[in-house]
Amino acid sequence: MIFADLSTALPEILLAAYALLALMFGAFGGKDRTAPTLFWATAGLFLILAIWIAASPAETRTAFNGMFVNDAFARFAKVLVLVAAAFVLLMGQSFISRHGFMRFEYPVLIALAVLGMMLMVSASDLIALYMGLELQSLALYVIAAMRRDSLRSTEAGLKYFILGALASGLLLYGASLTYGFAGTTSFAGITEAIGEGDIPLGLLFGLVFLLAGLAFKISAVPFHMWTPDVYEGAPTPVTAFFATAPKVAAMALLARLVHDAFGNVTGDWGQIVAFLAVASMFLGSVAAIGQRDIKRLMAYSSIAHMGYALVGLSAGTAEGVQAMLIYMAIYVTMNIGVFAFILSMSRDGRPVTEIDSLNLYARREPGRGLALMVLMISLAGVPPFLGFWAKYAVLVAAVQAGMVWLAIAAVIASVIGLYYYLRIVYLMYFGQDRAPLDSAMPMLQSGLLMVSAAIMVLGVVNLFGVEGFAALAADSLVR
Amino acid sequence: MGVAEYAFYAFAITVVTAGLLVVVSRNPVHSVLWLILAFLSTAGLFVLLAAEFVAMLLIIVYVGAIAVLFLFVVMMLDVDFAGLKAGMAPYVPIAGLIGVVLLMQLGLAYGAWTTAEGAPALRQAVMPDLDEVHNTKALGLLLYDQYFYLFQIAGLILLVAMIGAIVLTLRQREGVKRQDVLAQMSRDPAKAMELKDVKPGQGL
Repeated sequence: MIFADLSTALPEILLAAYALLALMFGAFGGKDRTAPTLFWATAGLFLILAIWIAASPAETRTAFNGMFVNDAFARFAKVLVLVAAAFVLLMGQSFISRHGFMRFEYPVLIALAVLGMMLMVSASDLIALYMGLELQSLALYVIAAMRRDSLRSTEAGLKYFILGALASGLLLYGASLTYGFAGTTSFAGITEAIGEGDIPLGLLFGLVFLLAGLAFKISAVPFHMWTPDVYEGAPTPVTAFFATAPKVAAMALLARLVHDAFGNVTGDWGQIVAFLAVASMFLGSVAAIGQRDIKRLMAYSSIAHMGYALVGLSAGTAEGVQAMLIYMAIYVTMNIGVFAFILSMSRDGRPVTEIDSLNLYARREPGRGLALMVLMISLAGVPPFLGFWAKYAVLVAAVQAGMVWLAIAAVIASVIGLYYYLRIVYLMYFGQDRAPLDSAMPMLQSGLLMVSAAIMVLGVVNLFGVEGFAALAADSLVR
Repeated sequence: MGVAEYAFYAFAITVVTAGLLVVVSRNPVHSVLWLILAFLSTAGLFVLLAAEFVAMLLIIVYVGAIAVLFLFVVMMLDVDFAGLKAGMAPYVPIAGLIGVVLLMQLGLAYGAWTTAEGAPALRQAVMPDLDEVHNTKALGLLLYDQYFYLFQIAGLILLVAMIGAIVLTLRQREGVKRQDVLAQMSRDPAKAMELKDVKPGQGL
């Protein structure tokens, strides 16, 4: 039995073994000089695992007494997490070596964080959920404070750690109430215990606390307070990482929890998720307007985007989950492109993050300016770019589930959000002439920027078939 | 009332009193000592519950390691505890409010709490039969068999904590003289020492 269990979780075991070996290699093989090798090796392993998981047979297998499940939904989320993490890791490398905080522990911690995310999306038990989440979060707290000579970075790490610990406490409290009701921590057992009837008050408390804890991880309003400060304070490669893979994993975990454990009481969590969605969309769109720092702007943008993804989830249907997965895939692609650009923003060799520094950027660098414009308009959700189809998918799912008011709210928030994305485009093309940014941009970063922008245009044809995979994944989750 | 009941009340009253004194003592060293008493009495409560292993663990780990560590920290770090406590006063109303809310939530457990029909049976189902195995063995069976997967992840989490602590605190300083035992032992007296014949009254 143990071999069947181990083979089900083989990609995770390989990643764990790799992380341990890489740590030994770094510690005994020349410390920080091995860091560039480890960057490439880690990213390479992520991509190999992603291809392997994508090509593995379509079946649902459980392992370790039902604590670990490997189904189409988990595979979709894992592939997305691994690919995003690989590209974000690689594009940060030049930034890190240029600014002198190249540590061999960085790729190792990223590998362990990604392992935590893979365990999260495969969790089918409250304890397994919590353990995966903590493995991920703990590694992220450390890399947020990685640049310990910078006051901002340490502050970001500390803030993230304390608020993250609070969120974990809420999550655990919710989990204990749920266990108190159901007498088991497995998702299947909880579903069985709830049965078909109404949900009792104590369990409702548990559900609310569980959702609050997870809402913190995806930075949904009202648990978003940490996001702008952490995004601004953490080193840019770390911010880029925060904005992509962990968001996918936490969102997938949320979908897994509400559908696997609370699938019978869609109405009860549906309204909570809908509230989180509306609050996130509006706060993300309105608060971003006054921002002067592009990393803070992206933080509010990510809050708003999580709101749109939650719109899909709150529908409580397979179409809703499918729309949410498509949304996350497109969101991650857009963010990789934008952060590839932000990583290259520098003046006289020092990183700059002020939005004002983009004045007339498109005059000097027409190609990159155009790519950034495409990405910004796509983030805003204007047709015909891919970002629009992401929003379209979640809106259709909400309307089909009879939540027209939610769809209307999403459209209004998206119109408000248009302002700050277009402001960047305006500055790039019609701004005033100020001190220009350095024009040098590492090849990998400019390549990712261009590819991501190209996907926004070309993906409109058939979304590269992501829709089909997302539908399979959603069907395996919502039965 | 049998001996067990008397013992329970004795231990329970000691735990509560010691816990209170941990908070109100002015001298932090006294706080730590009261904390140790609280741990020991809690261990006694666990023995009454027939959980000997947990009781021993509490004494070995908490009293033997953690409380002593606290004691070291309190003695070594020059923390102004009186100053820390002085800043607490404005937060007392909020703390009281949170305390009341928590109490009400605990009250939920006795009042409106309902469990699913099969819950008590499910809770029992994972536990090995205590008539057949000792409770230490039962814990081992759960930890290394039933929850093997979680046990391994817990190990990884601790590893991350360790890497994190090193990454965030270890500083590689330049120009620090470290002891190198091998280099010391392999030194050759003929090369390391030189005998000078100093003539009287001349100096070197």
